[in-house]
Amino acid sequence: MTASTAAPLPRTLRRRWRQPSVLPGFGLTFGLSLGWLTLIVLIPLATIFLKSAGMGWDQFVAVGLSPRALAAYRLSFGTAAAAGLVNAVFGLLVAWVLVRYSFPGQRIIGAVVDLPFALPTAVAGIALTTLYSPSGWVGQFLDPLGIKVAFTPIGITIALVFIGLPFVVRSVEPVLADLGHDVEEAAATLGASRLQTFARVIFPAIAPALLTGFALAFARGVGEYGSVIFISGNMPGRTEIAPLLIVTQLEQYNYDGATAIATVMMLVSFAILLALNLVQAAGRRRYGA
Amino acid sequence: MKQSTTESRALQFALIALAMVFLSFFLLLPLVAVFGEALKAGIGPFLDAVDTPDALSAIKLTLLIAAISVPLNLVFGVVASWAITKFQFPGKSLLISLIDLPFSVSPVVSGLIFVLLFGANGWLGPWLAEHDLKIIFAVPGIVLATVFITFPFVARELIPLMMEQGKDEEEAAISLGASGWQTFRHVTLPNIRWGLLYGVLLCNARAMGEFGAVSVVSGHIRGETNTMPLHVEILYNEYDFVGAFAVASLLAGLALVTLVAKTVLEWRFNLHGSARH
Repeated sequence: MTASTAAPLPRTLRRRWRQPSVLPGFGLTFGLSLGWLTLIVLIPLATIFLKSAGMGWDQFVAVGLSPRALAAYRLSFGTAAAAGLVNAVFGLLVAWVLVRYSFPGQRIIGAVVDLPFALPTAVAGIALTTLYSPSGWVGQFLDPLGIKVAFTPIGITIALVFIGLPFVVRSVEPVLADLGHDVEEAAATLGASRLQTFARVIFPAIAPALLTGFALAFARGVGEYGSVIFISGNMPGRTEIAPLLIVTQLEQYNYDGATAIATVMMLVSFAILLALNLVQAAGRRRYGA
Repeated sequence: MKQSTTESRALQFALIALAMVFLSFFLLLPLVAVFGEALKAGIGPFLDAVDTPDALSAIKLTLLIAAISVPLNLVFGVVASWAITKFQFPGKSLLISLIDLPFSVSPVVSGLIFVLLFGANGWLGPWLAEHDLKIIFAVPGIVLATVFITFPFVARELIPLMMEQGKDEEEAAISLGASGWQTFRHVTLPNIRWGLLYGVLLCNARAMGEFGAVSVVSGHIRGETNTMPLHVEILYNEYDFVGAFAVASLLAGLALVTLVAKTVLEWRFNLHGSARH
């Protein structure tokens, strides 16, 4: 299979690019994967940037940075960050009790954590809206207290907490499980209180995994659509998330506008994820973990 | 062990209780709400809501979409994992990152890119119209968006598994005279089948449940391009709550079956799911 491609390169040169192997099928499998990847993922994604580049700065700014779009970015990135923080705290708590303690129903709880991965987002969206609308199961108790959840940024955050929880739990869990007891014993022997041990010994060890979980939940939250649009109320400038604004532009056949918003969203997301990665790399150097 | 390396019983209890309250509100209650609302008026209205031509056509379309896109990604996942885990070549980690790319793209953007390519005003739009081909607002567009969204699922499960298993067994088979296909069929496949099933399970759940990307390319034509999640949205927006939750409960049932199967695979075969879905 390796020799079947009609490449003019002599064998020795090709071997320099990939190490020799007795196993067959490299040319076929590598070629198929790269071809399929290019067709399904790379070319379609490139259209976003090509279309943005071809549209001219003024046109790009007119929609991509309009007040309505800026409000949508603020809302999407703000609620995704808030939900990420809630998940960092409670996801760590859930991972902690699942790894460290034993209690009845533990295995079932451990499995249920993955529900947001398996439940279609639209189903989660209508269920959360039913729970938190002013007359809903939970909302009817919050409404008299003056707390409005559905159709406000709080509702959007709740939907994103639902979507993002497993990312944090599943990132932290394995690291917490692999953490040896010996360092904690050493800290206790040296007279550290339990809280000191957690803050100075355990937390630094799990912080990179926690940050990874936060970043994954955040990235997912920024682009999330199905679970949010039902509970958000979709008022332009107030509860209209960026992905919904893209859909609105498309429904008005404003392809340029939709593309401009998508481009800004993707660039900001990539920049934030890159920054989080750099923080993590710096942390790894600092702690040598 | 003394208290010095663990928490007091009271604190343990408090932390467990807090975690359970959090999970009840955020995970359990939404699930209960779906089934509760679907069966609020009893089993009769539930069955009536599912047994309508539009609902049945949505169920059929969702099954068709999954039946096309899951095998495509299954083949791609196996092929890509073979190239990545059985050979050493530069640029490998870049290739893995590119395969993961669809995970970091908003579902809405995943739909948008295919509209830009194949829509009426898209790059290939005029050519498609000339040849009377329809991709956007038709089944091919929904398949494309679903394949894009679920692209990394199988490969992501297989790559770590096959990396861990190495290539000694395959090399032995080849040196004993087996062909490449025989080696894959009788050596590799038995080793990876449970991991493969795990990836297919997750891929299928997402393929059947995808909303954002499919919503952008489908056009929401009742009885033609409406998948189950889109049908849920239409019924909900028409205030047919029993109907919406009835169809939603079928999807929630699928999610529960997926979770149970996934958990059984994890327990029996000690598979670890990655955190990125």
